[in-house]
Amino acid sequence: MNANRFKALVLRTGGTNCDLETKVALEELGVKTEIVHMNSVEKKNLLEYHLIVFPGGFSYGDYVRAGAVWGKRVLAKLRLELEKFIEEGRLILGICNGFQVLVEAGMLPGNGAGETPSIALANNSSAKYECRWVWLRVENDETPFTMTMRKGEVLRIPVGHAEGRFLTRSEEDLEELKRNGQVVFRYVLPNGDDANGLYPFNPNGSMYDVAGICNKKGKVMGMMPHPERAFFGWQLPEWDRRPPEKGDGRKIFESIVKYLHDSNGL
Amino acid sequence: MRVKVEVRLKPGHFDPEGDVAAKSLRDLGFPVSTVKVGKVYILEVEVDDREEALRLAEDMCKKLLANPVKDDYSVEVLSP
Repeated sequence: MNANRFKALVLRTGGTNCDLETKVALEELGVKTEIVHMNSVEKKNLLEYHLIVFPGGFSYGDYVRAGAVWGKRVLAKLRLELEKFIEEGRLILGICNGFQVLVEAGMLPGNGAGETPSIALANNSSAKYECRWVWLRVENDETPFTMTMRKGEVLRIPVGHAEGRFLTRSEEDLEELKRNGQVVFRYVLPNGDDANGLYPFNPNGSMYDVAGICNKKGKVMGMMPHPERAFFGWQLPEWDRRPPEKGDGRKIFESIVKYLHDSNGL
Repeated sequence: MRVKVEVRLKPGHFDPEGDVAAKSLRDLGFPVSTVKVGKVYILEVEVDDREEALRLAEDMCKKLLANPVKDDYSVEVLSP
Protein backbone atom coordinates (compact mmCIF):
# COMPACT_ATOMS: atom_id res chain seq x y z
CA MET A 1 0.00 0.00 0.00
CA ASN A 2 1.31 3.40 -0.88
CA ALA A 3 0.43 5.72 1.95
CA ASN A 4 2.93 8.41 1.09
CA ARG A 5 0.31 10.99 0.40
CA PHE A 6 -0.97 10.79 3.96
CA LYS A 7 0.51 12.93 6.67
CA ALA A 8 0.51 12.48 10.42
CA LEU A 9 1.41 14.91 13.16
CA VAL A 10 2.80 13.56 16.42
CA LEU A 11 2.69 16.25 19.09
CA ARG A 12 5.13 16.35 21.94
CA THR A 13 5.92 18.43 24.97
CA GLY A 14 8.14 18.18 28.03
CA GLY A 15 7.74 14.65 29.45
CA THR A 16 6.39 13.01 26.28
CA ASN A 17 7.63 9.54 25.42
CA CYS A 18 7.23 7.09 22.55
CA ASP A 19 6.75 9.94 20.07
CA LEU A 20 9.63 8.48 18.07
CA GLU A 21 8.23 4.93 18.27
CA THR A 22 4.91 6.26 16.98
CA LYS A 23 6.63 8.03 14.09
CA VAL A 24 8.63 4.89 13.23
CA ALA A 25 5.44 2.80 13.29
CA LEU A 26 3.56 5.18 10.99
CA GLU A 27 6.49 5.62 8.62
CA GLU A 28 6.99 1.86 8.45
CA LEU A 29 3.50 1.83 6.92
CA GLY A 30 4.36 4.73 4.61
CA VAL A 31 2.64 7.62 6.41
CA LYS A 32 4.75 10.78 6.32
CA THR A 33 5.06 11.74 9.98
CA GLU A 34 6.30 14.87 11.73
CA ILE A 35 7.03 15.21 15.42
CA VAL A 36 6.24 18.76 16.49
CA HIS A 37 6.76 20.32 19.90
CA MET A 38 3.88 22.26 21.44
CA ASN A 39 6.07 25.37 21.40
CA SER A 40 6.15 25.43 17.61
CA VAL A 41 2.78 23.92 16.81
CA GLU A 42 1.25 27.32 16.03
CA LYS A 43 3.41 27.50 12.91
CA LYS A 44 1.67 24.41 11.57
CA ASN A 45 -1.63 24.20 9.78
CA LEU A 46 -3.32 21.22 11.42
CA LEU A 47 -5.64 20.73 8.47
CA GLU A 48 -2.67 19.63 6.35
CA TYR A 49 -2.60 16.42 8.39
CA HIS A 50 -4.84 13.38 8.20
CA LEU A 51 -3.98 12.12 11.67
CA ILE A 52 -2.86 13.74 14.90
CA VAL A 53 -1.34 11.57 17.61
CA PHE A 54 -0.99 12.57 21.24
CA PRO A 55 1.62 10.12 22.49
CA GLY A 56 2.30 8.77 25.95
CA GLY A 57 4.52 10.01 28.70
CA PHE A 58 4.27 12.20 31.74
CA SER A 59 3.61 15.62 30.29
CA TYR A 60 4.26 18.51 32.66
CA GLY A 61 5.33 16.00 35.29
CA ASP A 62 1.73 14.75 35.65
CA TYR A 63 1.24 17.78 37.92
CA VAL A 64 -2.33 18.65 38.91
CA ARG A 65 -3.55 15.42 37.22
CA ALA A 66 -2.09 13.33 34.44
CA GLY A 67 -2.82 15.02 31.13
CA ALA A 68 -4.61 18.01 32.67
CA VAL A 69 -2.00 20.67 31.99
CA TRP A 70 -1.25 19.54 28.45
CA GLY A 71 -4.98 19.18 27.76
CA LYS A 72 -5.67 22.78 28.73
CA ARG A 73 -2.59 23.99 26.84
CA VAL A 74 -3.86 22.25 23.74
CA LEU A 75 -7.19 24.08 24.15
CA ALA A 76 -5.47 27.41 24.71
CA LYS A 77 -3.37 27.05 21.56
CA LEU A 78 -5.32 24.88 19.16
CA ARG A 79 -8.97 24.84 20.15
CA LEU A 80 -10.53 26.29 17.01
CA GLU A 81 -8.29 24.36 14.66
CA LEU A 82 -8.91 21.12 16.53
CA GLU A 83 -12.66 21.65 16.52
CA LYS A 84 -12.50 22.06 12.76
CA PHE A 85 -10.23 19.03 12.49
CA ILE A 86 -12.73 16.93 14.46
CA GLU A 87 -15.72 18.33 12.62
CA GLU A 88 -14.16 17.33 9.31
CA GLY A 89 -13.89 13.80 10.66
CA ARG A 90 -10.12 13.63 10.62
CA LEU A 91 -8.42 11.16 12.93
CA ILE A 92 -7.01 11.80 16.38
CA LEU A 93 -5.35 9.07 18.42
CA GLY A 94 -4.37 9.49 22.06
CA ILE A 95 -2.11 6.88 23.60
CA CYS A 96 -1.78 6.58 27.38
CA ASN A 97 -0.97 10.15 28.51
CA GLY A 98 -2.42 11.18 25.14
CA PHE A 99 -5.74 9.54 26.13
CA GLN A 100 -5.66 11.51 29.39
CA VAL A 101 -5.02 14.66 27.36
CA LEU A 102 -8.01 14.01 25.08
CA VAL A 103 -10.20 13.50 28.15
CA GLU A 104 -8.92 16.63 29.88
CA ALA A 105 -9.43 18.67 26.71
CA GLY A 106 -13.00 17.40 26.41
CA MET A 107 -12.38 15.72 23.05
CA LEU A 108 -13.36 12.38 24.60
CA PRO A 109 -15.96 11.10 24.99
CA GLY A 110 -17.63 14.17 23.43
CA ASN A 111 -17.42 15.43 19.93
CA GLY A 112 -15.96 18.82 20.62
CA ALA A 113 -13.46 20.49 22.88
CA GLY A 114 -14.03 21.99 26.33
CA GLU A 115 -12.28 22.47 29.63
CA THR A 116 -14.41 20.37 31.95
CA PRO A 117 -13.93 16.62 31.53
CA SER A 118 -16.97 14.32 31.76
CA ILE A 119 -14.97 11.13 32.39
CA ALA A 120 -11.83 10.49 34.38
CA LEU A 121 -8.72 8.36 34.22
CA ALA A 122 -8.14 8.07 37.94
CA ASN A 123 -5.26 6.57 39.89
CA ASN A 124 -4.91 2.80 39.46
CA SER A 125 -6.70 0.74 42.06
CA SER A 126 -3.42 -1.06 42.81
CA ALA A 127 -2.06 2.36 43.85
CA LYS A 128 0.97 1.50 41.71
CA TYR A 129 2.44 2.27 38.34
CA GLU A 130 1.36 -0.72 36.24
CA CYS A 131 3.79 -1.72 33.52
CA ARG A 132 2.76 -5.03 32.00
CA TRP A 133 1.41 -6.83 28.96
CA VAL A 134 -2.36 -6.95 28.82
CA TRP A 135 -4.95 -8.49 26.54
CA LEU A 136 -7.53 -6.31 24.84
CA ARG A 137 -10.71 -7.35 23.10
CA VAL A 138 -12.01 -5.41 20.13
CA GLU A 139 -15.54 -4.29 21.02
CA ASN A 140 -16.20 -2.10 18.00
CA ASP A 141 -14.66 -3.12 14.68
CA GLU A 142 -16.17 -0.27 12.71
CA THR A 143 -13.88 2.57 13.79
CA PRO A 144 -10.98 3.71 11.59
CA PHE A 145 -8.68 2.32 14.28
CA THR A 146 -10.14 -1.20 14.29
CA MET A 147 -11.68 -1.71 10.85
CA THR A 148 -9.16 -4.36 9.83
CA MET A 149 -9.98 -6.43 12.91
CA ARG A 150 -13.05 -8.39 13.81
CA LYS A 151 -15.19 -7.86 16.86
CA GLY A 152 -14.02 -10.16 19.65
CA GLU A 153 -10.45 -10.33 18.36
CA VAL A 154 -7.87 -10.27 21.16
CA LEU A 155 -4.74 -8.11 20.99
CA ARG A 156 -1.76 -8.27 23.31
CA ILE A 157 -0.33 -4.81 23.93
CA PRO A 158 1.52 -3.38 26.97
CA VAL A 159 0.38 -0.70 29.39
CA GLY A 160 2.55 1.59 31.50
CA HIS A 161 0.64 4.04 33.65
CA ALA A 162 -0.31 5.03 37.18
CA GLU A 163 -3.54 6.86 36.28
CA GLY A 164 -5.62 4.75 33.95
CA ARG A 165 -8.71 3.75 35.91
CA PHE A 166 -11.54 4.65 33.59
CA LEU A 167 -14.50 6.25 35.39
CA THR A 168 -17.72 7.81 34.20
CA ARG A 169 -19.94 10.10 36.27
CA SER A 170 -22.62 7.43 36.50
CA GLU A 171 -23.64 3.97 35.34
CA GLU A 172 -25.97 5.73 32.95
CA ASP A 173 -23.10 7.57 31.26
CA LEU A 174 -21.33 4.24 30.82
CA GLU A 175 -24.49 2.68 29.33
CA GLU A 176 -24.67 5.54 26.87
CA LEU A 177 -21.06 4.99 25.79
CA LYS A 178 -21.84 1.30 25.29
CA ARG A 179 -25.01 2.06 23.34
CA ASN A 180 -23.12 4.44 21.06
CA GLY A 181 -20.42 1.86 20.37
CA GLN A 182 -17.86 4.17 21.96
CA VAL A 183 -16.18 1.41 23.95
CA VAL A 184 -13.51 0.26 21.51
CA PHE A 185 -11.22 -1.92 23.63
CA ARG A 186 -11.75 -3.78 26.91
CA TYR A 187 -9.20 -5.56 29.06
CA VAL A 188 -9.85 -9.31 28.96
CA LEU A 189 -8.32 -12.61 30.03
CA PRO A 190 -5.78 -14.06 27.59
CA ASN A 191 -8.49 -16.35 26.17
CA GLY A 192 -10.72 -13.37 25.43
CA ASP A 193 -13.20 -13.86 28.29
CA ASP A 194 -14.35 -10.88 30.34
CA ALA A 195 -11.84 -9.82 32.98
CA ASN A 196 -14.62 -8.49 35.26
CA GLY A 197 -12.10 -6.27 36.97
CA LEU A 198 -9.72 -9.15 37.74
CA TYR A 199 -6.20 -7.90 38.40
CA PRO A 200 -3.74 -7.92 36.69
CA PHE A 201 -5.71 -8.56 33.49
CA ASN A 202 -7.59 -5.37 34.18
CA PRO A 203 -4.45 -3.56 35.34
CA ASN A 204 -6.02 -0.45 36.82
CA GLY A 205 -9.55 -1.20 38.03
CA SER A 206 -11.29 0.48 35.09
CA MET A 207 -15.11 0.39 35.07
CA TYR A 208 -16.40 -2.28 32.69
CA ASP A 209 -12.72 -3.13 31.97
CA VAL A 210 -12.58 -0.20 29.55
CA ALA A 211 -9.16 0.22 27.91
CA GLY A 212 -10.03 2.54 25.04
CA ILE A 213 -12.94 4.66 23.85
CA CYS A 214 -13.79 6.79 20.84
CA ASN A 215 -16.07 9.75 20.22
CA LYS A 216 -19.52 9.23 18.71
CA LYS A 217 -18.21 9.49 15.17
CA GLY A 218 -15.43 7.02 15.98
CA LYS A 219 -12.74 9.34 14.60
CA VAL A 220 -11.15 10.36 17.89
CA MET A 221 -9.85 7.47 19.96
CA GLY A 222 -7.93 7.24 23.21
CA MET A 223 -6.45 4.10 24.71
CA MET A 224 -4.27 3.42 27.73
CA PRO A 225 -2.17 0.58 26.17
CA HIS A 226 0.73 1.48 23.90
CA PRO A 227 0.29 -0.04 20.40
CA GLU A 228 3.60 1.46 19.22
CA ARG A 229 5.35 -0.67 21.85
CA ALA A 230 3.98 -3.82 20.23
CA PHE A 231 4.62 -3.03 16.58
CA PHE A 232 7.65 -5.17 15.69
CA GLY A 233 8.16 -8.78 16.73
CA TRP A 234 11.37 -7.84 18.51
CA GLN A 235 9.41 -5.64 20.92
CA LEU A 236 7.46 -8.64 22.23
CA PRO A 237 8.31 -10.57 25.43
CA GLU A 238 9.36 -13.60 23.33
CA TRP A 239 11.79 -11.47 21.29
CA ASP A 240 14.63 -13.96 21.93
CA ARG A 241 12.56 -17.05 21.09
CA ARG A 242 11.66 -16.72 17.40
CA PRO A 243 9.07 -13.97 17.82
CA PRO A 244 6.42 -13.38 15.19
CA GLU A 245 7.37 -10.72 12.69
CA LYS A 246 4.62 -8.38 13.80
CA GLY A 247 3.16 -7.34 17.13
CA ASP A 248 -0.56 -6.81 17.66
CA GLY A 249 -0.18 -3.06 18.08
CA ARG A 250 0.67 -2.90 14.40
CA LYS A 251 -2.91 -3.82 13.55
CA ILE A 252 -4.15 -0.49 14.90
CA PHE A 253 -1.75 1.47 12.68
CA GLU A 254 -2.56 -0.76 9.70
CA SER A 255 -6.21 -0.08 10.26
CA ILE A 256 -5.61 3.67 10.29
CA VAL A 257 -3.70 3.43 7.00
CA LYS A 258 -6.40 1.29 5.38
CA TYR A 259 -9.04 3.75 6.52
CA LEU A 260 -7.09 6.67 5.04
CA HIS A 261 -6.81 4.80 1.76
CA ASP A 262 -10.44 3.78 1.62
CA SER A 263 -11.67 7.22 2.53
CA ASN A 264 -9.01 9.07 0.57
CA GLY A 265 -7.73 10.79 3.68
CA LEU A 266 -10.94 11.81 5.39
CA MET B 1 -6.48 38.14 47.31
CA ARG B 2 -4.94 35.02 48.76
CA VAL B 3 -7.23 32.08 48.09
CA LYS B 4 -7.00 28.50 49.32
CA VAL B 5 -8.34 25.77 47.04
CA GLU B 6 -8.74 22.26 48.38
CA VAL B 7 -9.26 19.38 45.98
CA ARG B 8 -10.05 15.92 47.29
CA LEU B 9 -11.64 12.72 46.03
CA LYS B 10 -15.42 12.51 46.27
CA PRO B 11 -16.80 10.45 49.16
CA GLY B 12 -16.82 6.76 48.35
CA HIS B 13 -14.07 7.12 45.78
CA PHE B 14 -11.23 4.77 46.16
CA ASP B 15 -8.22 6.56 47.69
CA PRO B 16 -5.22 4.21 47.74
CA GLU B 17 -2.85 6.87 49.04
CA GLY B 18 -5.17 7.56 51.96
CA ASP B 19 -5.57 3.84 52.70
CA VAL B 20 -1.81 3.37 52.80
CA ALA B 21 -1.31 6.42 55.01
CA ALA B 22 -4.03 5.15 57.41
CA LYS B 23 -2.37 1.76 57.60
CA SER B 24 1.00 3.29 58.37
CA LEU B 25 -0.50 5.55 61.05
CA ARG B 26 -2.11 2.50 62.65
CA ASP B 27 1.28 0.76 62.55
CA LEU B 28 2.55 3.63 64.69
CA GLY B 29 -0.27 3.06 67.17
CA PHE B 30 -2.52 5.99 66.21
CA PRO B 31 -6.26 5.30 66.43
CA VAL B 32 -6.96 6.22 62.79
CA SER B 33 -9.74 4.53 60.84
CA THR B 34 -9.50 6.39 57.52
CA VAL B 35 -7.37 8.98 55.81
CA LYS B 36 -8.43 10.95 52.76
CA VAL B 37 -5.67 12.63 50.80
CA GLY B 38 -6.19 15.82 48.85
CA LYS B 39 -4.29 18.70 47.39
CA VAL B 40 -4.15 22.27 48.60
CA TYR B 41 -3.41 25.14 46.25
CA ILE B 42 -2.64 28.57 47.68
CA LEU B 43 -3.26 31.18 45.02
CA GLU B 44 -2.55 34.88 44.80
CA VAL B 45 -5.48 35.98 42.67
CA GLU B 46 -5.03 39.42 41.21
CA VAL B 47 -8.42 40.90 41.99
CA ASP B 48 -9.50 43.07 44.94
CA ASP B 49 -13.04 41.84 45.35
CA ARG B 50 -13.59 38.89 47.68
CA GLU B 51 -16.60 37.47 45.84
CA GLU B 52 -14.87 37.85 42.50
CA ALA B 53 -11.83 35.96 43.84
CA LEU B 54 -14.04 33.10 45.03
CA ARG B 55 -15.91 32.99 41.76
CA LEU B 56 -12.66 32.83 39.79
CA ALA B 57 -11.28 30.11 42.06
CA GLU B 58 -14.42 28.00 41.54
CA ASP B 59 -14.04 28.42 37.83
CA MET B 60 -10.40 27.35 38.09
CA CYS B 61 -11.52 24.18 39.86
CA LYS B 62 -14.03 23.35 37.15
CA LYS B 63 -11.56 24.01 34.37
CA LEU B 64 -8.27 22.70 35.70
CA LEU B 65 -7.68 22.01 39.37
CA ALA B 66 -10.39 19.36 39.82
CA ASN B 67 -11.97 16.73 37.63
CA PRO B 68 -15.64 16.90 38.64
CA VAL B 69 -16.04 13.22 37.78
CA LYS B 70 -13.96 12.20 40.78
CA ASP B 71 -13.05 15.30 42.78
CA ASP B 72 -14.78 17.61 45.24
CA TYR B 73 -13.32 21.02 45.89
CA SER B 74 -13.72 23.92 48.26
CA VAL B 75 -12.45 27.49 48.02
CA GLU B 76 -11.77 29.97 50.78
CA VAL B 77 -10.31 33.48 50.93
CA LEU B 78 -7.34 33.52 53.31
CA SER B 79 -6.50 37.21 53.37
CA PRO B 80 -7.45 40.33 51.52
